[in-house]
Amino acid sequence: MKTILNIIIKEFLQLKRDPKLFSIIFVAPAIQLILLGYAANLDIFNISTAVYDMDKSVTSRSFIEKFESSGYFSIKYYVDSYNRITELIDNGDVLWTLVIPNDFEKKLKRGEQVSVQALFDGSDGNKTSITLGYVTSIVSSYSSNILLQKSTMLNAKQPFGTVSPELRFWYNPNLKTRFFMLPGIVGLILTIITTTLMAMGIVKEREIGTLEQIIVSPIKPYQLIIGKTLPFVLLGFMDVLIVTAVMVYWFGISIKGDFFFLMIASLIYVLSSIGLGLFISTISKTQQQAMMVATFGVLLPMNFLSGFAFPIENMPGWIQPITYLIPLRYYITIIRGVILKGDGFTQLIPEISVLLAAGIVILIFSSLRFRKRLS
Amino acid sequence: MLTRIFAIAKKEIRQLKRDKRMLYVLFIWPFILLILFGYAINFDVHHIKTVVYDLDKSEDSRYFINMLTSSNYFDVVGYIDSEKKINEVIDANIARIVIVFPEDFSKNIHSNRQAKIQILISAIDANTASIVSSYINAATATFSFKIVEEALAVKGGSPYIPVNLSPRFWFNPDLNSTLFLIPGLISMILIMTAVISIAMSIVREKEKGSIEQINVSPISSIELLIGKTMPYSVLSLIIASTILLACYILFGATIKGSILLLFVSTFIFLFASLNLGILISSISDSQQVAFQLSALITILPSFLLSGFVFPIESMPPAIQILTNITPVKFYIVILRDIMLKGVGIEAFWPQLIYLLIFSFFFLTVASIINRKNKVD
Repeated sequence: MKTILNIIIKEFLQLKRDPKLFSIIFVAPAIQLILLGYAANLDIFNISTAVYDMDKSVTSRSFIEKFESSGYFSIKYYVDSYNRITELIDNGDVLWTLVIPNDFEKKLKRGEQVSVQALFDGSDGNKTSITLGYVTSIVSSYSSNILLQKSTMLNAKQPFGTVSPELRFWYNPNLKTRFFMLPGIVGLILTIITTTLMAMGIVKEREIGTLEQIIVSPIKPYQLIIGKTLPFVLLGFMDVLIVTAVMVYWFGISIKGDFFFLMIASLIYVLSSIGLGLFISTISKTQQQAMMVATFGVLLPMNFLSGFAFPIENMPGWIQPITYLIPLRYYITIIRGVILKGDGFTQLIPEISVLLAAGIVILIFSSLRFRKRLS
Repeated sequence: MLTRIFAIAKKEIRQLKRDKRMLYVLFIWPFILLILFGYAINFDVHHIKTVVYDLDKSEDSRYFINMLTSSNYFDVVGYIDSEKKINEVIDANIARIVIVFPEDFSKNIHSNRQAKIQILISAIDANTASIVSSYINAATATFSFKIVEEALAVKGGSPYIPVNLSPRFWFNPDLNSTLFLIPGLISMILIMTAVISIAMSIVREKEKGSIEQINVSPISSIELLIGKTMPYSVLSLIIASTILLACYILFGATIKGSILLLFVSTFIFLFASLNLGILISSISDSQQVAFQLSALITILPSFLLSGFVFPIESMPPAIQILTNITPVKFYIVILRDIMLKGVGIEAFWPQLIYLLIFSFFFLTVASIINRKNKVD
């Protein structure tokens, strides 16, 4: 026990000697979360728009007004040629252009169909589909209004019934992407700090030869493993506290569920990310290798495959099973559940059990490999 | 001067060659990741799990559901018969949306009143929720439209659509989000490879003390930096070309614009990234610090601040200014312009200039810090 404690103390002393590393561990996550929390936003409004109004009539202006007053669009340019549209879209100045033909008013008054064009920069498929949705509903409500007026004229009775959706959004009524992203960023920052610190810390000792010194000393391998991993578990856990505090006090995202449960879950997650770090250290000879493996083998896959930004259910069938191998996936489900929905242990039993099992398996497997490499 | 630069470059190549595992990681992993991520990342929303609570059980409600499911956006995964179950299915993630037809749904339609459909959407993922709601809006608009049209026909008017929308999508007619995200993926893989490898390689020499030997030798720090970056630029350029080739083979991402321009810009981007790596190396004393810094500076910002995924114009103004710290932001615009739009340098010359400014800024700061270190 005393030996373990000594290793832990030595480890902390070493950290203290490297003030840069120290401040990265404690300050960087908070700063990152604040910056990225503001940036991670998929909400789409103020869509830059150009209008090519060939008709320039009262009717066409009232039609354009419908777009302006919807709050989604900001009309930046009124143009008078197709060339100009091409230029604006090519340079990325506008996302789309509304083209109103010169017989717009005339045809509508005569009761004929008129076609308006919408030219989109389709390169961002996501943004364009959302924008198309806005445009479509504005145009169809304009159309049905015209028909309604017509029918009132045909027949003085009341207009006929229409259907309207009553949308209600749960858990996140203002549709703020930030609520969804922040818990994910917490998980990601935690992984970067713990996994890579652990891996590089050990490889570094091997590179400078201090690990060999320990091997010839009477310290038992299990004591070494515990002594080496515990400080990082502690550091990781402190990061969880810092980052959660930023989320609650800076962004005002309150934790709907049980705080204590969230901390336990985080601790369980830190086990597996530390285990991964230990594993990386056993397959790398140099720190360079360790961090390449950490970046490409752990951090990037976590970034993209954990459901942090890209919904797992949108992924093709053969990729979805791969995401089950990523511990962050379960942790993100847990923190989103606890923080946003107020889920507790009962709702999250599957995730917690998988995470715990994964943590134990990864940690034991890596420890065994580490021991083997020591002897 | 040239011979000294080449000597350093040669030494670096020899070291790289000796580290087979590292080379393997540098060449194979970006590929594997590209394949995985290229397929994995997309925002296209299909097969939204839907549960129906139909209090009306009329022909109209059934018609509406049929209309929804015939597009493959919605999959009805179940029907429920009590208000209480709504909570359960959304909480347990069985459904993303629940559609509720009130008892008087059909009656309202036929007695000329406004009928309401209640849609409950789980909005934890706000992006998906807003896509879902725009589908629903479009669907109800179409449904209403049909009713109005039919009623109009009954009253003797001719049914027609007054304003017909004909949308056209440039550059990406299928609105495939993968095509849009690939340039971001390429830039991320490139900047990480470049920054991390150069920063670590320099800091390693610092740690081993071999940098002192270089310091007492007649080599100037500029020569050292150029010599060190050369092999990595070539390496990164090779990686860049293989990635582009893979994108073409796997995802059909053709290059619409000029390939020469693409390579020139890629080279400038790599130059900026390598200089960023040099800057990081000049402020770190250990590989651990160098790596943590590189990871913090490259991974998350180039993912979140570059416009790769999150539209920059949706960010608060202060953050919009901050997005300029990452070269990825500018390179992504260039890549998208060349690959997707096929436009020429007139569309993205400001981005090229930004990248050059970056390069020289990073390099200058790094050599000032290096000189100071040398004097100390």
